[in-house]
Amino acid sequence: MRELSLHILDLAQNSIEAGAHNVIIEINENENGFFVFRISDDGHGMSEEMVQKIRDPFVTTRTTRKVGMGIPFMDMVTKQCGGHLLIQSRKGKGTVVEAAFAKDNIDRPPLGDIVSSIKVLLVGTPYLELKFIYKIGTSGFDIDTRVIRSLLGDEADFTRPEVYTWFEEYLKQEISQLRCEQEV
Amino acid sequence: MKTLEDLKALREKLKADMKVRQNDGTKIIIGMGTCGIAAGAREVMSAVLNELAVRKLNDVQVQQTGCIGMCEKEVLVDIVRPGEPRITYGKVKPEDVKKIIAEHVVNGRIVEEMVVGKIMQD
Repeated sequence: MRELSLHILDLAQNSIEAGAHNVIIEINENENGFFVFRISDDGHGMSEEMVQKIRDPFVTTRTTRKVGMGIPFMDMVTKQCGGHLLIQSRKGKGTVVEAAFAKDNIDRPPLGDIVSSIKVLLVGTPYLELKFIYKIGTSGFDIDTRVIRSLLGDEADFTRPEVYTWFEEYLKQEISQLRCEQEV
Repeated sequence: MKTLEDLKALREKLKADMKVRQNDGTKIIIGMGTCGIAAGAREVMSAVLNELAVRKLNDVQVQQTGCIGMCEKEVLVDIVRPGEPRITYGKVKPEDVKKIIAEHVVNGRIVEEMVVGKIMQD
């Protein structure tokens, strides 16, 4: 995949398929010299045996085909970029996937259109509670769908065009502000 | 400048619109497995969401599904109009979205050259 944002969307879809209702997506462009993203969920988790095997493309939980490429792809890309892929999971508790890339590695795919990934995720899974954290070093911002839901009350529905359009514009604005501040 | 304060005004506006929104309308279902995402499902879904917002098609529901085993035909987009067969379009590109929405979703005319499957609803 061309963009890290597509991997993030793919990994978040795994969380949803694992029955998660709460997901945290955290991106830090500079965490101790690494570009890092982390996806934490409260889905049904995996056994230790599954965690050991999951980097193998011929291991998958799906029934429609016998090859699962999401995690093996991610594992390969992080390693090619002087980083790592960490997977921690507990059955019945949830899963945390952390991908790290050496910050200035020229092979690292660009983050790409993270706003579209988040929007598509929320519209496609309207019951999801998502906390999104975006940092560059120690400065950053976060947004929680619970806050948006409490302000919108009964009208809080991410499938409504007015809501996802507002959210898209808000996220774009916050990310570009953060990036501008960093350049000063 | 967007602020969280906007949401209070938006809430009032949505409350007024709610009366005209129906939930038994047309469904658009997009394949969002790894295969779909790698083939461009995010861009297709974004194009669908933009088109629905521009045309103010508030009663169309957008849903996603995982891999259904036709990975080579991704991006897969299904259109289900109430009481009509479920139509699956394959190899959908963002630039095809306008046509599918105008022809099929709005006017009920299936875009035959892009169809890869048809399921009768019971």
